[in-house]
Amino acid sequence: MSLLESENISKAFGGIHALDTCSIIVEEGTITGLIGPNGSGKTTLFNIITGYERSDTGIVRFNGHTITNSTPDKVFRLGIGRTFQLTRIFPRMTVLENMHVAAQRQGTRALLSRWSSKHEQKRALELLDFVGITQLKDMPAENLSYGQKKLLEFAFILIAEPQVILLDEPAGGINPVMIAQLSERIRTLNKQGVTFLVVEHNMEFVMGLCNTVTVLHRGTKIAEGVPGEVRNNPAVLEAYLGD
Amino acid sequence: MKIIRIALLILLLAAFIAFPLVFSDPAITEVAVFTLFFAAAASGWNIFSGYTGYIALGHAVYFGVGAYAMALLCQDLNIPAGYTPFLLLPVAGLIAAAFAVPLGWIALRTRRHTFVVITIATFFIMQLMAYNLRFITQGSAGLSLPIPFDWSADFFNLPFYYVALAILLLALGTSWWVRNSKYGLGLLAIRDDEDRALGLGVKTGPFKLIAFVLSAFFVGMIGGLHAYFNGSIFPPFAFDALFDVAIALMAFLGGMGTLFGPILGALILVPAQQYLTIISGETGYNLIMYGVLFLVIILLLPQGIIPTLGKMWHKWVARRSIKEIPPAVATTTAQEALVTESTAKKDEVNL
Amino acid sequence: MANLIIEAVITGILTGGVYALMSSGLTLIFGVMEIINIAQGALVILGAYLSFWLQDNFHIDILVGLLITMPIMFMLGLLIEVAFIRPLKRNRTMLSILVTFAIAMIIEGVLTRQAGATYVQLNAWYVTASFKIGGFYLPYIYIFGFLLSVVLLSGLYVLLYRTKFGYSLRASMQNRTAAELIGIDVERVSAITFGIGVALAAAGGVAFGATNLFNPNSHYDLISRLLVIIVLGGLGSLRGALVASVALLVIGDVTAVVWSPVWSSTVFFMILVITLLVRPQGLFGQLEGRKQ
Repeated sequence: MSLLESENISKAFGGIHALDTCSIIVEEGTITGLIGPNGSGKTTLFNIITGYERSDTGIVRFNGHTITNSTPDKVFRLGIGRTFQLTRIFPRMTVLENMHVAAQRQGTRALLSRWSSKHEQKRALELLDFVGITQLKDMPAENLSYGQKKLLEFAFILIAEPQVILLDEPAGGINPVMIAQLSERIRTLNKQGVTFLVVEHNMEFVMGLCNTVTVLHRGTKIAEGVPGEVRNNPAVLEAYLGD
Repeated sequence: MKIIRIALLILLLAAFIAFPLVFSDPAITEVAVFTLFFAAAASGWNIFSGYTGYIALGHAVYFGVGAYAMALLCQDLNIPAGYTPFLLLPVAGLIAAAFAVPLGWIALRTRRHTFVVITIATFFIMQLMAYNLRFITQGSAGLSLPIPFDWSADFFNLPFYYVALAILLLALGTSWWVRNSKYGLGLLAIRDDEDRALGLGVKTGPFKLIAFVLSAFFVGMIGGLHAYFNGSIFPPFAFDALFDVAIALMAFLGGMGTLFGPILGALILVPAQQYLTIISGETGYNLIMYGVLFLVIILLLPQGIIPTLGKMWHKWVARRSIKEIPPAVATTTAQEALVTESTAKKDEVNL
Repeated sequence: MANLIIEAVITGILTGGVYALMSSGLTLIFGVMEIINIAQGALVILGAYLSFWLQDNFHIDILVGLLITMPIMFMLGLLIEVAFIRPLKRNRTMLSILVTFAIAMIIEGVLTRQAGATYVQLNAWYVTASFKIGGFYLPYIYIFGFLLSVVLLSGLYVLLYRTKFGYSLRASMQNRTAAELIGIDVERVSAITFGIGVALAAAGGVAFGATNLFNPNSHYDLISRLLVIIVLGGLGSLRGALVASVALLVIGDVTAVVWSPVWSSTVFFMILVITLLVRPQGLFGQLEGRKQ
């Protein structure tokens, strides 16, 4: 039983079939890459898994339970976090406040008390340190640079200790030094038990980081396997070159 | 620093308490009473609209419900004039809050512009109901409330002043507590990016509704208080479209989503409006002046007073410490200087 | 009873056309600029007063007078957009509501000073004269008003779908950023669109003013109805404004006949609330909220 899987997911927008019986598998403990040419349906699949969009048909399973078409908050609370291609952070709130939004609490009484408990504060600072932006903790998030915002988004997902994290183009638009640091951090977290599903266009990044790679084309899976295999798969080459 | 702040607040509170005793001219205290009414209502409104960013322009509904609740309760329970009616205010507030539950739930199914319009529509529906449901509201004839004849002209405003002050402090306290709680953090996240907040586990639906109901509670209490102050109510008084715009403008002027913004806004606008009404006298003229005042405020201070002052302060502080950039920041800045913003990549959206 | 209902349906359709004219400007402005022009009602009333003034002082027929009032109001629209709307950068939703409300107040104030608070109505031979149809008398103005709407809305259609400007306008409505990227001067389009919206209000003013008693205060009631119409139809949808106008007016008029005129207004708003419960985006609108 895989940790996360989609089975025959289809989604059409008007006449365009973004996803067409798309079935992918993410095994626990892996860093799985999800690649494919533009328009292959990667972000739509993410949106469906995390509840931001409804699928037309198909099933999404997490830890054996069906979670198709759940609301985004349920999905997050179950343990699936995600980042967005165009980073979505809370611009008018400080970095530290951003971190605390995702910190989960149980019970109504907890909601009524101060927004930052000692424990949460400690964890938030730890995570900011992990991604290297501790010094920006009191800055309004809108003043961060693009790269810093990406790091913030990555960090606040982590505060809820998700089981699996979906990263949508984490390496997009940032410099090679940061990309290398990002790879390192993903590897570190993976060793601690976090599973990753990463959408990326940067082939070097994907091939260097992922244990297994799944390829989508025109809304469906066309290949799957270790990076070496996939890289040489003729169907994959055709999909990229043909488009 | 914190001690200075607390001391200042206590001083301010003392000033508010002493005010009507020092400036005892009823004409002045009356303006003060109205100022407090609006300050409390605007603060209440701010708890919802300021924190969630959803602009509600129909809160006059809750003012009206509070007013009518107060009048009907006094009537049906044969409440004598004097101090007793004040005890009914929380009840009036709760009744208004009860109305806010279904009305808010309906309205909150929509967003942004549609939300604004539906709150306006709700207002008109309730206003029409007030006119038409005569068996409850006596229609345009209106209802009257007990009048404390034994309070002298000089004394009359004082109880209302202090009760309004109490409600204001309650609203302010609630606002402060919400702002600093995990709940309030969730509201601010909703304001910034509601769907993202939802995706991080924030229960956006219940959060918004609770803020909405809370704000209706305070506005309802003010409605009841204003009704008692006035002695009688009828539909256009209780359900007044200008009330909505007034509290929105006050909260906005002072700073939406800030603690003291709405109060500051009321302190400026209520006396100004009273003054304008007096000097213009002729109808039409005061509308023009009020409208021009609006425009000037909005165009010159698009963020509101407190945030604008805050920004100016930060700029001043930043300019003073420009030599002291901590090394960590400098390193990150150097790193970021290497960022090649691949705009083509950023704008691609994969389906 | 049946006769009365038929009469109500017919007048509903005809006045619906007039409301469609007034609300089309409003929804167009929203579509291009994403702002709600609360002053639209006041601008209609202003248009009505302008026509009244021209007729009273220069004996210009109210429909002919449109050739003067519409260009004037168009310019006024341009002025308002450039002076008061364009400077708004952050938080446009709320600020534009407050700004346009302020403009409405100023217009009301000016009109009150100039014209006083007495109710007036526009006059012409076709306002008082009526013809017999079915079993009742229908004032010509209802037909003329409807025809005016048809002519102007058709003209709007031609403008939108057959001219270069219309193309720019539609592009700006669909995706502001993309439109800018392909070289459309979105700010200019916005200003002109606002001008068009106000010019349409002038025309609406004639039709409204000839079929209703009005005074400077009438804009509140009017704008509340117009807002209901555009939200019901779907913000930014012209088709929606048309359908919603006719539907609401017909239902309103029929309610007045079948139940009571007193409840006719309430029904107007109730329909909106009920529709939004089922379809929060209105009949032809799009759901808000970002999924990226």
